[in-house]
Formats: sequence, structure tokens, C-alpha cells
Amino acid sequence: MFSEQLSKKFDKMVTNYPTKRSALVPMLLFAQDEVGHLSDEVIANIAKRVELTDLEVRNVISYYSLLHTKPMGKYHVQVCTNISCLLRGGEEVFEHCKQKLGIGHKQTQASGLFSLEEVECLGACSWAPAVQVNYDFHENLTPERMDKVLEQYAKK
Amino acid sequence: MADTPQLVTITVDGKQIKAPAGTLLIDACKNAGIEIPSFCYYPGLSLQAACRMCVVRIEKMPKLQTACTVPITEGMVVTNDSDEVRQARKATVQILLGNHPLDCPVCDAGGECELQDMTFTYGAAESQYMETKQHKDEQQWSPVVYFDRPRCILCYRCVRVCGEVMDVWALGIQNRGVSSVIAPNKGDHLECEECGACIDICPVGALTSGTYRYKTRPWEMNHTATVCTHCGDGCKTTLGVRRSDTGTEIVRGDNRDKSGINGDFLCIKGRYAFDFQQHPDRLKMPLVRKNGKLAYATWDEAFDLIGRRFKEVRDSQGGAAIGVIGSTRTTNEENYLLQKFARKALGTNNIDHHRTADYPAFAAAVAGKPELTASLHHVEKSPAILLLGGDPTEQHPLLAERIRTNIRLHGGKLFIVNDEEIKLRRQSKSYAHIPQGAYAKFFEFLSGTDSAADQLTTAGTKKDQLLAMRELLRKEDDLLIILSADIRGKDIATIVKLGQSHKKVRFMMLGDYANSRGAADMGLYPDLLPGYTPVANAGAFSEYGANLPKSAGLDTAAMVEAGRSGKLGALYIVGANPFARYNVQPGQTAKTFVVVQDMFLTETASMADVVLPSNNAYEKAGSFTNTYGDLQLLKKAADFAGSKSDFELIVRIADRIGFELADLVPFGKGVRADMGQSRGAQSGEADRHEIWLIANKYEPKMSPLDPSAIFDEIQRLVPGYDVSRLNLFSGNSVHSHATGKGTGAQQNPELIWPANDTLFTSGTLGRYSNTLNSVMEKYTGETSEVMAD
Amino acid sequence: MADLVKHADEIKVVSRRFGKGATNIDKYIELDGYKAARKALTMTPDAIINEVKTSNLRGRGGAGFPTGMKWAFVPKESAKPKYILVNGDESEPGTCKDRLILEHDPHSVIEGVIIAGLAVGAQKGYIYIRGEYRYLLTIMQKAIDDAYAKGFLGDNIFGSGKKFDAYWHTGAGAYEVGEESALMESLEGKRGVPRIRPPFPAVVGLWGGPTVINNVETLASVPHIILDGGQKFADYGPPKNGGTRLFCLSGHVNKPGVYELPLGYPMKKLIYEVGGGIPNGKKLKAVVPGGSSTYLLTAPEAEAINLDFDSFAKTGGFLGSGGVVVCDEDTCMVKFALRIMKFYQHESCGWCIPCREGTDWLKKTLIRFHAGAGVKKDIDNINYLAQNMLGRTFCPLGDAAAIPTMSIVQKWRQEFEDHLDGKPCPYENKGSIPEPAFA
Repeated sequence: MFSEQLSKKFDKMVTNYPTKRSALVPMLLFAQDEVGHLSDEVIANIAKRVELTDLEVRNVISYYSLLHTKPMGKYHVQVCTNISCLLRGGEEVFEHCKQKLGIGHKQTQASGLFSLEEVECLGACSWAPAVQVNYDFHENLTPERMDKVLEQYAKK
Repeated sequence: MADTPQLVTITVDGKQIKAPAGTLLIDACKNAGIEIPSFCYYPGLSLQAACRMCVVRIEKMPKLQTACTVPITEGMVVTNDSDEVRQARKATVQILLGNHPLDCPVCDAGGECELQDMTFTYGAAESQYMETKQHKDEQQWSPVVYFDRPRCILCYRCVRVCGEVMDVWALGIQNRGVSSVIAPNKGDHLECEECGACIDICPVGALTSGTYRYKTRPWEMNHTATVCTHCGDGCKTTLGVRRSDTGTEIVRGDNRDKSGINGDFLCIKGRYAFDFQQHPDRLKMPLVRKNGKLAYATWDEAFDLIGRRFKEVRDSQGGAAIGVIGSTRTTNEENYLLQKFARKALGTNNIDHHRTADYPAFAAAVAGKPELTASLHHVEKSPAILLLGGDPTEQHPLLAERIRTNIRLHGGKLFIVNDEEIKLRRQSKSYAHIPQGAYAKFFEFLSGTDSAADQLTTAGTKKDQLLAMRELLRKEDDLLIILSADIRGKDIATIVKLGQSHKKVRFMMLGDYANSRGAADMGLYPDLLPGYTPVANAGAFSEYGANLPKSAGLDTAAMVEAGRSGKLGALYIVGANPFARYNVQPGQTAKTFVVVQDMFLTETASMADVVLPSNNAYEKAGSFTNTYGDLQLLKKAADFAGSKSDFELIVRIADRIGFELADLVPFGKGVRADMGQSRGAQSGEADRHEIWLIANKYEPKMSPLDPSAIFDEIQRLVPGYDVSRLNLFSGNSVHSHATGKGTGAQQNPELIWPANDTLFTSGTLGRYSNTLNSVMEKYTGETSEVMAD
Repeated sequence: MADLVKHADEIKVVSRRFGKGATNIDKYIELDGYKAARKALTMTPDAIINEVKTSNLRGRGGAGFPTGMKWAFVPKESAKPKYILVNGDESEPGTCKDRLILEHDPHSVIEGVIIAGLAVGAQKGYIYIRGEYRYLLTIMQKAIDDAYAKGFLGDNIFGSGKKFDAYWHTGAGAYEVGEESALMESLEGKRGVPRIRPPFPAVVGLWGGPTVINNVETLASVPHIILDGGQKFADYGPPKNGGTRLFCLSGHVNKPGVYELPLGYPMKKLIYEVGGGIPNGKKLKAVVPGGSSTYLLTAPEAEAINLDFDSFAKTGGFLGSGGVVVCDEDTCMVKFALRIMKFYQHESCGWCIPCREGTDWLKKTLIRFHAGAGVKKDIDNINYLAQNMLGRTFCPLGDAAAIPTMSIVQKWRQEFEDHLDGKPCPYENKGSIPEPAFA
């Protein structure tokens, strides 16, 4: 299910806390990074590792906005439109992404390359507007700069 | 007592109230008659402070505080009724109603909905919003549980009762914010014990039951609190009944008022498995075998035939040629009457029932020491419990719940010795998995024979674990020992003796079916009279007269065999199905005149010469004794046209054989007996009748068909049953101490057949319960075919 | 990687190692790193706590609770292990300072954790970083590994014979988890729903043990306090408002950025001098003084106030998290209120009724209102809903949603009136995207 490296990491992580389930949130995030999304199999596997029921794991997953049970694009474009970004054109960047990628909020391109999401504050307020593609920050954006960012990923 | 909590005084809306320090404010107020509203708070469950309805103003605190989380302290000054507090509560209700559908006119909860009550109380009727409400379609999670999501107000009671109380953890909370939703453990459906606790605890109509939804309105029902007719725990269940084509049908079972030994606990059977009562296969007329086939007959025809044939056999072949098999689901009064009828009117000791535990050996072991017996009430606060065998979660769900509640709220310690990996081990402090049936060996080990441990180890349990468990056990000076039906005969005497090395010890014996204990206590044994009195030495029962047979009669197996061989002239079977158990084939009992009283045409009934349609426990008054000896009153809730109570049937048969009824039922002897309190839904009329009689200076008298008349005699003659009648008739359970002097019934362990019911089976009743069958089908793919009584 | 700024008025304490390569442990040591921890090892726990009390350090997460007092609440004896928990779940809109500390000076946080551990008798510390800050987790992982390698963490820290372990932990997207009890729930692998208090974390916290929960910036300040003395730190700011603070300037200013300024610094100077004023010569309309949960200030209010806890308390507001968001005259305050509410509606954990339902109805009403379908009654209803959330919810998130909303409705009511009767938003297309001017 997981790479050997990740499996080992998980084995270590559950020992970092007095209870195994404490490692749950990071484990889910790392598993998602590797597998792409939290499939039923991933959930069952992790539930076993932390000695919880699948239900309990699902309860936790559905709480955190970074965790997904459905596949996302290879590059998940997350555009902040919260107040600091709003004041500096975050909405325009988001609109531009919609046009450019041909998809809307929480949608994925048919090719599976890009998915788009309007997100809450990313902690880049002083460098607004900001976008995160997967975990990479792109800041001080304009629609033109956003184009370059998207191109850069499309080329990868 | 050192641990008596200190009382403190607080002021609520200018009124001084006293309560133990540390009591939650909401409870202190409730006990003083001051209502603080809440949705999420539920006594005994973990605190949530989520609904914000119980906010109050407490002096010296900056914000409104939730009364459900604040423990009271001396001098606390609280405002529960002020504009500020009322406004806060009103706003909460207003905002809830924003998304809550206003479908009260069709909602199951309409009329008994806590949100409705709050809306009326706080006047939040005006709509503030223009946007559309969130809507999601209703979901069916199981045959029992339906979820109407928009109605859910997210109080989390269901999640907690399922997890904390039931230890099932089948419900969770998913998503967040306004998208939060209660979710079942299997995505779109539930896999659980189907107890329905989540439904009953729901303050609104979000969770509804398959048996009740959209069927009726709360105010259209009468409610009668009676005792569940399924397992041996004796939960009180309040039945909601309604007029139907066939009399009165049961539409709902619950125990929301928390009266009774079970609080608000019920399992699937107590809540939903009452539907056998309206099963289309129920017998509505007597059947008499004519030309080899059972055909409808009038009551007179049937009684005449029975009276004539019983008399003939008795007078020509003697009482020993008649056999009587009683029931584990009839009342104490019926069981007592049946054995009295058998012995006194028919002159036979050929009487038995389906035995599910060795009660006679237990009674003998604790003889003369009633303090060694435990009521179910002892379970919740016993500091230590030793469970020997059995699977309470499946067979004694209430006992299991009481044990879990003890551990959860009172810190009791549970020790389990079992040859199976039962679910309750999750609550145990110490658990020993021993080889199949090695309980006697364990007692040997317990008594100090270390070497016995070598024969007790399994893959899961090593010798040092056993030693450690024994070490811990020995330190307990207040122990409750629970014996499963696997422990019988001299093993019972051994453990009872061994247990007495503890400073304080109590025992309980686990048997199946609603009144197995009552059947045993009332002397449905060929060698024991009521109260485990040996037939050879009848004692108080000598008043039955000189003709009382002195030697032991035939047991069930022998009676069935004698029926097959034609040695029995007549066999009278009341609410039992022995022909299925002993594999009797049609035609095999042709030489014996067989009379069966039952609700359904069971295997046994289908081979009978006369079948009399009888009532079930929900259709009659009387009393049940649960397996722990707790005596409780049954009240008549429902009616089924064309059937009669077993009590009435026995009396009418006695009448037709020409027996003097006054010698059977001591009726007309004054007013000590019940005048209607036991009649449940019909009690109002009976009570008024009694008042009229007394007002007109008439002396109310009992009829020979009134079970209360014989309850007088039970109390007078059966050792251990002279309990507080006031308490019993007020609807409480009263612990009986039927600890006979006898040495026990015929030592024949083969006659003890535990029912091995699961949560979803219940002998014959289960076979005719669509609810249980649909649940069985869901989990196993097949319906219940348990051969049982 | 975020750009750094500087201004002459800055007093670099927490940010003194920014941009100097201090993620490298040797560089950190060279820049006086881990000296404070060594010093703390020679001090009694009471002495450490007293030094922090002297510094007047108050929590940098937003609530401003005195740190020394928080530490002093931890019982000396405890049957259960004690813990230090670092709140790096920075998610308050307008706030982006902890990110810089973790990026440029991770060892200062580790050192702060060790010192807090020594002060309260904890032997384990967890550094919780929000899920979006994945690159910081990598930096922190390395920093912790390096500290173990040097013997600064582990069974014999700095050769003292004392034991201290530090662990990284990551969230996965939830603002609510920044609330300290929700943070503990999240760390324990659960949904980030806050706990009932009391008991407070200092008594019953992580896994039932006494727990100190401090913001990243708070703990990063601690080594400086121990090393240079609490008094020096206190003297940076006005009385009872010790020290410097990282102010995250964003929105309509020419030089947005994170500036470390002494507490008590005038807001007017922050906007017009440090921030270089408002782009395109526009006028100031509103200021969010410390993250989206704070009462918004009108231009005259903002220009009169000093950035310290007590100055704000006097006006009935609070200083918040250091996230200063500046709005120019062309900002639509209805839309601004809507965007704030959209955030809280998205982040409400859903536990309690007033917050769960209140944020949703406020959002729905504001969407309709901003779209021109509002009626006059809505204005009062928005205020009514917010008022009835304030102080009534399970945790402060309800307050955080109510406060900006109420202040906007009350201070800019006219703008709501201007949206009535199907009128289009008067500020539509007036938005500007000024080019940031970095120093």
C-alpha cells in the first residue's frame, strides 16, 4: 500500500506519542501525498495502524480541509481569496484560474492534471495575493504571473 | 458515612436550594424542580456544552455559563429566568429552526419533540430568513433505524449512547460546520446491535424506528409499563398501544421515563420485537382435531372435550397418566396455578418446563442465606464483579449494560473467566480465556490448587495471568459473582462455598427466557413444589390436601417419551414447544390426548388434539421473576381478539373437569389483592369501578379469573416471595429470595438446555417477529430457525 | 519563500536572525543560539518563570494572556507527564509571522520549548505546524534532528543529565485547531473540536497531563528574555505590554510585510511610515488591527491608537494576532464582511448551535445582501445574529465571527443601506491591485 520508506516513517510516528491515534492526522496527510487521495484501502490500512475503526478515521478525515477521499488533480491549485488577498486581487486571480483551467471550485480537469480550489487564508497575507500549488507557495500574483506559474507546472 | 458529600446552598432565581457539592448545576436545579432546558445534556453521558440551551447567568462570571458543565459551589447565585437568559435561548432555537424542517405535522416526534417544546417555551416562531433550508433525503440505515438528516440538531446524544453506553461506537460525526452530519459506521448503513437507543434518545424526529415511523401520533396511544417478554433480565418496557382490528395493537416499546430496573435501556427485543403480537399467523379460535385434522371449534366445544378427556384419564388410569409441561414465558401466577392444578386437580407430579439453568442447585447452595443472592440492582455499584461463563452482551443485554455502566461511572472492576472471547472482555480488568467448559477446574485453581492452572491455559491466557487474576480477586472484599448456566449441580455449591471467603459476596445465576426463574420458583418440577420444596416433604403445601402425590413425577424428556409410547393418557402443554426439541413426528403421540395452549401453531401445537389460542405476556397481568430473582408486575397492554390468558384457560379447564374453583383460586377472600392496578391500559376503568364499589359500601371481591387472587397464596406459601406488595404494585422491582431447603431437582444436567439466543433471536417469539427476522436476514442472510420455546 | 522587509523603527529581537541562515544549527549557535537554554539549566524553575513574568511577555497568538502566569498555573507535582505544545497552526486571516520564524529561525522555537519545559517540569514538547506549511515541517524536522545530534535534545540535554524530547506534528487544514484545546484534540488524532474548560490545559491537557500551550512567536521570544533578562524585553514596550511584536502589514499599503516593532507603536506610523502609505494616494477607510477576529477600526480610530494590549482594551477592543489589514476608501465593507463570514462559516467546527448555524445564516444573508437582494430588515438581522453569537458559543470562534461583523454593521451601516433596493455594489470594479513595493 505504502512505500517502504513511508511505512517505516509511520511505524516510527506512532511511537512519538503516548497513544497511537495521535499520529493519525499527519499519517493521513503523508498517505495522501503518496497515494493521491484517501481511498477506502488507505483508510482501512491506517485505521489498523492506529487501532481505530474505519468510522473513526473517516470522522477525522472529513474534519480537515486538506484531506480528500476522492482523487484530485496532479497539481492542486489553491487560491486564497481571504481578506488580505481579496484586497490585492485574489478574486481576480481565482477567476483567471477558472478561465485558464476551464474548471471551477473543487473541480478537476478531465486530464487529471489540475484541480482548483478557492481556499482560506494561507498565511501569506503580507505577500498577497497568494496561491499554493500542492504545497508550493506562489505569492504577489497577478493574472499574468499566475499564467507563468501554471505554465511551469504544465511543463513539468 | 465518610463519603457522604457535603451539601451546599445555592440561589436560583431567588430560591435557595441545597444539593451535594459538585453536583452539576443543571441537575441540582432539576432535583429542586427548576427546569433548565437542554438538548445535548443527558445524565450519565459525557458532557458536550454544545447546544447552549442551558445557559444561565452566574454572579461574578463574565459570560453566560452552561449549567450542564458548572459544578455548584457554596453561595453560587444563579439567574435562570431573565430577559437575557430567555433571549439567549430564544436566539438558539430561532437559529436552529432556520434549517430544521417544519414538518411537525408528519414527524414521528411531533407532540413529544424537545425542540417543539422549546419553541413554545421561548416563542421563537417567527421566521427570520429568506434563504432555502438545507435538504437531504431520509436514509434507511438498518431495518430498525432511519435517519432524517435535516431534522437532526446535532446534540450528539445518539453518538454517545451508542458508544459510551452500548460500547458499539457505530455512529460518528463527519464533516464540519454546517455540513456536520451524524454518520453510520458502514457508509450508508449501520452495523450494530440494533438496540434503538439512538432513536429513543433523539430529542427530535431525526432518528426514527422502522416499526413506528409514520404509524401514529404520540397522543393516539395509550401507554402501559410492563415487563419485556424476551430474555431473563426483566427490563421494564413501556408499550404504546392503539386500537386495531384485532383488539389493541402494540406500536411502540420504550422506557423513556427510566422507571424500572433498566433505566432507559432496552435491547432490540424490548424496543421492537413486540410485533409477534400482531403476526397474521396468530391463532384466533380454538382448534380441535376432527378426522385427523385440526379444525376450528367453539370455546365450549374445546373446553368440554378437554374436561371430559382429562377427567376420564385421571379417573381411569390415575394422575400418573397425565403429563403437564409449563412455560418459561407465562406469569408466576399462571405457573403456580398450573402446578397446583396438576398436583391438586389432576393428581400428578408429572410436571416440568424447559429448564435453562440449574436454579434448584443454586437455591440449595444459598439456602438460608438470602444475603448471598444479588438483585440486578446490585450490579451497577458492585466494586468488583466476577463473571463466570456466559455472554451477557448477547443473552443478558441489560446485565451487560449495567456492568459497563458500573465500570464507566462507578469504577467497578470486572473479572471474566470464559471459554469464549466475549465482547465484555473489553471492559474487564482481568480476563482469563480457559478451555471449553473448564469452570470446575478453575474453581479448583481458585481454591488454591496451583497445579490446576496447567489445565486452564490457552493461547490467550498463560499461567502467570491466572495467578495474577487470582491474586487480584483475593483482594476484593465485596464481590459479585455471576454464574452462567454452564455452571451446574455441585459446581454451584463449590463456587458458592468458595466465594464466601470474601468479606462480602453475592451471587447471581443466569438463565434464559422472561420467566424461567419464575417457572422454577413456582415449582414446575416433577420433584419440587414451589420454592424448591421437595414433593416428599410438602411442608406448607400440605394444605393442598392428602391426595397430593408424594413421589417424583416424570420430567419433560420422560413425558415426551411416555407420550410416544402411549403410556400417557393425556399431555397438557402450556406455552412450550417440546415436540420440536425432542423431535416428535406427527402421529407419534396419537395414543395420547394432547392439549396445547399457544399463540401460534408451533410444531407441538400442530400435533395436538386441542389447541387453545393464548395470550402473550403483553396481553395479561401478573408477575415475572427475572433470573436474578427480581419480582416485577406485568400490566396488560394489548388485546388480541379470540385469545385468552393461560390463567383463564387453566381455570376454565379445571371448571370443566368439575374441580371446585375455590379450592384452586382463593377468590372472594377480601381486598388485599389488586383491583385493577395491574391492568395497565384498562386500569382507569377498573379503578373507577373499585371506587364505586367502596363508595357504595360494597366489598370488592376477586373473581376466580383474577391472577391477583392467587398472588396472595404465592406470597403466603412460597418461601422468599413474601415481599413488599406496596413496592411491587407501585411498579418497582422487588427482590425475592426463593432459597429453598430442598437438595435440588432430579440431577439430570441433560434437561438443562440453555436457549443460546443471540441479540436477534428469541425462541418462538423470535420466529414470529418480523423485526428480528429482518435484522437476522441483514446480518446472516437467513431468518431465525431456532428450535426453542 | 516569503520576502523580508525592514524599517528603521524596527527593534529586531525575534526577527534578529531572519535571513542569516540560522536554520543551520551551527549558524544559530554562532548567533548566540542555545545560550539561553544553557543558562536556564542553571536556574530554578521559579527563577525562569519569574524572568518571563518580569518581561511582561503576553501571548502572541491573539489572546494576549501573560505567559509567565500561564506557566505558573502548571502544578509542580503531577502524576501524569507534563507537556509543552507549540501552537504553529497560524491561520488567522491577516497573520503570517509564525511562518517567518519557523522558516528563518526554527531553533529559537526549539530552544523556547526546552526552556518552557525546564520551567514547568515537562520532558516532552510537540511543535504543531499547520498542514499548509509543509516546507516548514521539513525545516523543523531537520532542526530537531540537528538538535538531537548535538545533544541539545534527548536523554542528557547539554550534558546536564536532564531529559527533553521534542517532536514535530502537522495539521491538515483547520483554523479551529488554532484554539488551544482543539489543538490538543487534533494532536491526539481527533477532530479539532475544542474541549470543555475548566479544566484548563495547564492542569489537564494533552493525554490528561498538565500542558503549556504557547504560540510560536511567544516561545521564540523566550530565549531572548532568558538571555538578556526579562527587564530588557519589558522595556521595549509600554508598562505591562512587554517587548516587541511581529506586525504583519497587508492590504492596501505600499510596503506590506512583517515588521518587528515595539508594543505601543502608533498605528498611524505603521500605516503611513513603515507601510509607506496607501497606494495611489487613496484615503484610509478601515483597519483590521489584529487578524480578522478583531473589531475593525475606522480611519480616525486607527490613526489615534497605539499598538499595545492595553490601548486596545481601553477602547473595548483587543490587539489580536498582529495581522494589520488596511482597507482604502474603495473597499466595499459589505463584501469585506461577507468574505470574513465566508471564512468563519467554512471554519466553524460545527460543535455548537449558535456558531454552526449562525455563521451559515450570516453568510447566506450577506451573499444575498451583497448581490443586491437585501431588504432593510436584513441589516438589523445581521447585527442580531452576530449579537446572539457573541459570548454564547462553545469556543471563541463564534465571538471571532460576531465581532468583525458587528463592528462593520455598526460602523459602516450606510454602506449596507447603499446596497438596498437592488442597487449594484457601489464599489464594484473600483478594486485595485497595487504593486507591492519591497524594501
